[in-house]
Amino acid sequence: MDTVLRLVYLGAAACFVIGLHLMNRPPTARRGSTISAAGMAAAVAATVVVLVRSGTVTGTGWAVLAAGVSVGGTAGWYLARTVAMTAVPQAVSLFNAAGGGAAALVAVHDLLRVGDAMAVGPAAAGALDVVIGAVTFSGSLIAAGKLQGVVASRPVVFPGSRLVNALLAAVAVGAGAVLVTGNGGTVALVVTALAALGFGVSMVMPGGADMPVVISLLNALTGTAVAMAGIVIGNTVLIIAGALVGASGGILTKLMADAMNRSLWSVVAGGFGTGDEPPAAVAADARVRAVSADDAAIQLAYASRVIIVPGYGLAAAQAQHEVRELADLLESRGVDVCYAIHPVAGRLPGHMNVLLAEANVPYHELKEMDEVNPEFARADVALVIGANDVINPAARRPGNPVSGMPILDVDHAHSVIVIKRSMGHGYAGIDNELYSDPKTGMYFADAKRGLAELAAAVKVLVG
Amino acid sequence: MTDITIFVLGLLVGYEVISKVPATLHTPLMSAANAIHGIVLVGAALIVVTADTPVGYVVGFVAIALAAMNVVGGYAVTQRMLAMFRDRAREPR
Repeated sequence: MDTVLRLVYLGAAACFVIGLHLMNRPPTARRGSTISAAGMAAAVAATVVVLVRSGTVTGTGWAVLAAGVSVGGTAGWYLARTVAMTAVPQAVSLFNAAGGGAAALVAVHDLLRVGDAMAVGPAAAGALDVVIGAVTFSGSLIAAGKLQGVVASRPVVFPGSRLVNALLAAVAVGAGAVLVTGNGGTVALVVTALAALGFGVSMVMPGGADMPVVISLLNALTGTAVAMAGIVIGNTVLIIAGALVGASGGILTKLMADAMNRSLWSVVAGGFGTGDEPPAAVAADARVRAVSADDAAIQLAYASRVIIVPGYGLAAAQAQHEVRELADLLESRGVDVCYAIHPVAGRLPGHMNVLLAEANVPYHELKEMDEVNPEFARADVALVIGANDVINPAARRPGNPVSGMPILDVDHAHSVIVIKRSMGHGYAGIDNELYSDPKTGMYFADAKRGLAELAAAVKVLVG
Repeated sequence: MTDITIFVLGLLVGYEVISKVPATLHTPLMSAANAIHGIVLVGAALIVVTADTPVGYVVGFVAIALAAMNVVGGYAVTQRMLAMFRDRAREPR
């Protein structure tokens, strides 16, 4: 029976690898997810069968198992089915918190049961599991709270906050080390867990607009924690799946940080500006040309080629349906419309594609950066909606915070309309010279309302 | 030692298998990876049956509930996202 179980676990691990591999391309992505889910179901089912046949599980044990699965499963299912597509990042973060918490508790349970008698190897893995799992649990909860607006989304930094960070990390590592030596007992375990929980909070609180990168990092960490849990209880499928997620999450995090031109370290150290800064005075920059909805509508309605550049502001305002309506209207007038998607547009890489797909924007109209950049020179109007750093021409010059970041060549278009709430800065915290370009018209509005008004103005115009 | 070997090989496989994903799929991919670490449900199930104290049962219950939420929610939300991609690809234009 043990051999059968191991074979099923091996099959499940293979399913995870194949599933992730199939997610490399859109046409096979869904099949990949299904195969991965099938592997998961097989692993769980085989575990239950083995537990039943072992006959050692008490009635209370079964009751706890059933109650836990129904409570957690129902909560997860309900959340996943009802969450709005714009809120998916925080849902993923919540599920990630759950996984981290569960991984930490597996080690806590084993350390409590076996106590100081545990061998050094598993004890070290256990201590790591508790530290990493607790950090991802509290960190992911804070990250989800920030995206949802329950926790302040601006960076929260106070004098000495870096010191508190370092102190909590040191305590967690120190208590973890005592735990490994086998002399600390329950006290060391509790101190380790509490310090790690505190570190998770203090690590994420300074984050602002870099929250997607933080969530991706925490996702990778949870994978590592699960792998450690696997080492503690000697279960290979946990080790393989955890390591897989640890590596894939690590790559994703690196890709996201690169696209924002940030080192991973600066993201973790935190304290940069955010995309949600309060409105600054428009008059502060006299060279900026503000336009009304009617002006912008005329430009759009009489263009032959429009490229729409959706950004963080569109995702935050949940304006994906409004942008689609405007695009439909323009297309019905014979205007050639397409969307330029920067790799980090939205709240997560690829999030913008999901949002626009939800609004039924045709696939062929979504163009990735390398594909669309040569086309800006032939566009009459580039309509920028709530994007900032990813279109800042300053990125082409050395010596500023966005230098070297890949950008959309919006400034090559014949004219530019920017829908933005204010002259506030983006993540990089610097001025965007595109906004003061003579061919740029700034339409100051919330993305959702602004797009609706634009569409109304176009209708009146061509009505 | 075997465990460490498996861990390192798993890391390498994870690195190779997803390093070529287009940005379009990054969010679904992150969600899928998030669902996969829900495998911790197996670990939680295996430990809860060794529990024999009230504290052990409580810890086990919370671990199981969290892991179940991770695995069910993770796959459900991934499928929801990918369903949109499929509908979009089907569009006859």
